[in-house]
Amino acid sequence: MAYEEKGAWVGLIVGVIAFAVYLSVLLTRAAGGSLVETPYVDAILWSMGAAIVVTIMVTIIVAIVTRRDGTQTDVRDKQINARAQFTSRGFLIIGALAALVFAMMELDYFWIAHVLYLGFFLSGLLEGVTKIALYRGSVPSW
Amino acid sequence: MVKPTKVTNSIRSLRFAHGELTQAQLAEAIGVTRQTIIAIEQGKYSPSLELAFQIARVFETSLDEVFQYPSAEVPS
Repeated sequence: MAYEEKGAWVGLIVGVIAFAVYLSVLLTRAAGGSLVETPYVDAILWSMGAAIVVTIMVTIIVAIVTRRDGTQTDVRDKQINARAQFTSRGFLIIGALAALVFAMMELDYFWIAHVLYLGFFLSGLLEGVTKIALYRGSVPSW
Repeated sequence: MVKPTKVTNSIRSLRFAHGELTQAQLAEAIGVTRQTIIAIEQGKYSPSLELAFQIARVFETSLDEVFQYPSAEVPS
């Protein structure tokens, strides 16, 4: 398995777990009450920060454990990375547009923050899935 | 829509014909990963023109000997 593909797997799994943990914490705190009144800022920051740190740490550990495979990145890795980013940016744009609309509608900060966070998560999810699909399958021609 | 490549290659047989060159050795010779060589051999990845020339140069042969492309069918 290519080093970049291993990184894609790590990022995907950690991202999904971090999002699931955050949702679980949020819903537990809400306990059936108003979501908008639920404190979420610390949980979101911890979720995003921990996901980044854990992804970096696990990627380093995987690279050390599987060092025989090497950590080189070549032209195919760059093409797959570019393709995955191109495919996933739609969710980032949708999230940003939704946040813009929510702001114009003067919705609560809770919804603005969460539509942006959802956009980040879905974009990262699609990028990871696309990378893995391209590594497992074939790199399509444009 | 994913378009599979129509380009085929003889890299595997050429490697064996050239002193049983391993995928890792070929990868190192042209500056890519072993996984990229595997993907090329399996037809899952079309190398760039430059990379294709580099591969042909390693085997000291022409591009046509390494890579093949199906002839266009002439409509009757």
